[in-house]
Amino acid sequence: MSVLIYTENTDGKFKKSAFEAVSYARAIADKNNTQLTAISIGEVNANELAKLAEYGADKILNTNNANLKSFINQAYASVIAEAAKKTGANIIILANTLAGRGLAARLGAKLQAGVAEGAVALPDQSDNKFIVKKTTFSGKAFALVELTSAIKIISLTANIYPAVSNNKTVQVENFTVDNDPADFKTIVKEIVRSANKVSLPDAEIVVSGGRGLQGPENWKILEDLADSLGAALACSKPVSDAGWRPHSEHVGQTGISVSPNLYIAIGISGAIQHLAGISAAKVIVAINNDAQAPIFKVADYGIVGDALTIVPQLTAAIKQKIVA
Amino acid sequence: MKILVCISNVPDTTTKIAFTDNNTQFNTNGVQFIVNPYDEIALARAIELAEDGKGTITLINVGGANTEPTIRKALAAGGDDAVRINAEPHDAWFVANQIASYVKSNPYDLILTGRESIDYNGSKVAAMLGELLNVPSVSTAKKIEINGHEAIIEQEIEGGKELLTVPLPLVIGVAEGVAEPKIPNMRGIMAARTKPLTIIEPIEVNVVEEIRGYELPEPRGQVKLVNDAAQLAQLLHTEAKVI
Ligand SMILES: Cc1cc2nc3c(=O)[nH]c(=O)nc-3n(C[C@H](O)[C@H](O)[C@H](O)COP(=O)(O)OP(=O)(O)OC[C@H]3O[C@@H](n4cnc5c(N)ncnc54)[C@H](O)[C@@H]3O)c2cc1C
Ligand SMILES: Nc1ncnc2c1ncn2[C@@H]1O[C@H](COP(=O)(O)O)[C@@H](O)[C@H]1O
Repeated sequence: MSVLIYTENTDGKFKKSAFEAVSYARAIADKNNTQLTAISIGEVNANELAKLAEYGADKILNTNNANLKSFINQAYASVIAEAAKKTGANIIILANTLAGRGLAARLGAKLQAGVAEGAVALPDQSDNKFIVKKTTFSGKAFALVELTSAIKIISLTANIYPAVSNNKTVQVENFTVDNDPADFKTIVKEIVRSANKVSLPDAEIVVSGGRGLQGPENWKILEDLADSLGAALACSKPVSDAGWRPHSEHVGQTGISVSPNLYIAIGISGAIQHLAGISAAKVIVAINNDAQAPIFKVADYGIVGDALTIVPQLTAAIKQKIVA
Repeated sequence: MKILVCISNVPDTTTKIAFTDNNTQFNTNGVQFIVNPYDEIALARAIELAEDGKGTITLINVGGANTEPTIRKALAAGGDDAVRINAEPHDAWFVANQIASYVKSNPYDLILTGRESIDYNGSKVAAMLGELLNVPSVSTAKKIEINGHEAIIEQEIEGGKELLTVPLPLVIGVAEGVAEPKIPNMRGIMAARTKPLTIIEPIEVNVVEEIRGYELPEPRGQVKLVNDAAQLAQLLHTEAKVI
């Protein structure tokens, strides 16, 4: 019995969500008096790998085959399954990123393991059960799901569990697996990442705009606000439907669910479908010229007024705060 | 090209979620059920890809008889026939096993699912199906083109996108952008009534998870309204401590 954590990297770097997942996995390993092994796949240097120990991994398996350079869920699932076999892992943790979700499911099917995707708390292991709290109904509720299979898989929602330093010493082992050609039918031709863009699902602060902004030409003020906060940009569905912003930024029941510390909803009315995507946000701020807008029912702070005037003022005030 | 589109029967997006039986059952009282929005997009793309006799489309749903209106609604938008596997969809593992079992005896070139279902949404079925059928799976497609025996897919990734080529057969989870949902016309609605709907019985599947209960998010407190931006920034800094 042991715990295995898969730590996803982006161009050789682990993101905060990976460290959060390591610390979360550490807590589970401690609870079960067992070892935590991290598996990293792809090209990651020794310094970066050492950080996994810093956040709580006892041991690191490093798989750096040339053909595993880019993420292919089928091939990565096979490597992680091998690592689970090697370490005798019965609990496998991943971060609930875009890639992590599909990977967890593929791995679950491979290992006949129950998968709790989008966990928001540590598992409850009382009475010899293993119950995980996760979001369901697109964020409108939580489900308490008992994983009854021998192997249990959890993907952790971002910004739920803090990455805590544990200061373990590093122990890296190279881990190679025999590749099954059937796993490599998917060819990654090209990867395009916008430079310096904060990714929405794991952003700590999200600046989100709705139809109240009246047009894409007014997004500059949101970009400035987001820049001042190091925030990710998001929007409501009609905004992406109208092509003002890309679909990948649309938050809500039929879009992305976010879990930031701060969500700033600007010119967003707060329709039930939109609110579903932000139920895990810790603090919600609304800026809307209609005091009756439903967004104020869920907001912690609000300003009733014209977004086009208030947002630049807020950016200026924040710049002062951060400098001060 | 034979295309299979997985259709999930989900509560309308305006549904206020509530539970009964000591928070262990979803309260379906007064709830309208619809075709999962992403499945509508998947179906729309299937219709485009099958246009001009280039393919046939089968819809598949794992569900009880109560899901038939939803299946007919989907058939009204398009598709040649439908299959219903007669069982309550216990979880993604159960659903994926049922569909995989059907596909093993009825092969398809392209299997489309939604990126996620908006009820028990786990974004799991596509990848599980891929694994059970031992074919590639793509979880979050934003664009799908088919060129002979190859799919060319744009997939959403953290902070960007990637371009993939994958040989058929494969499973694709469809996200927004792939197509515009088709609104059924009168002819479609009439035709849907007589399209074949085959009911097949489920296979046995081992249970890997059980839902023990539900919780609703904590109600949020009263909003604190402020008059100007400087005051708001101050509160976020000193009181909420989020900036
Ligand atoms: C199947 C389905 C799925 C859906 N899924 C989603 C989803 O996932 N996410 C989502 O967001 N929506 C979703 N919707 C749409 C949802 O129902 C709402 O229509 C949508 O959220 C409204 O977007 P909005 O708040 O930007 O626009 P509106 O509702 O038009 O609100 C605009 C707001 O801006 C305010 N405003 C106007 N001018 C100004 C100004 N100058 N300054 C400040 N405020 C101003 C107005 O008072 C108003 O409150 C879905 C709908 C359906 C049917
Ligand atoms: N009961 C079901 N019957 C058929 N397809 C389903 C069912 N449940 C989920 N799916 C498909 O799997 C996709 C992803 O669902 P999920 O993994 O539950 O988020 C959905 O968009 C559907 O295409």
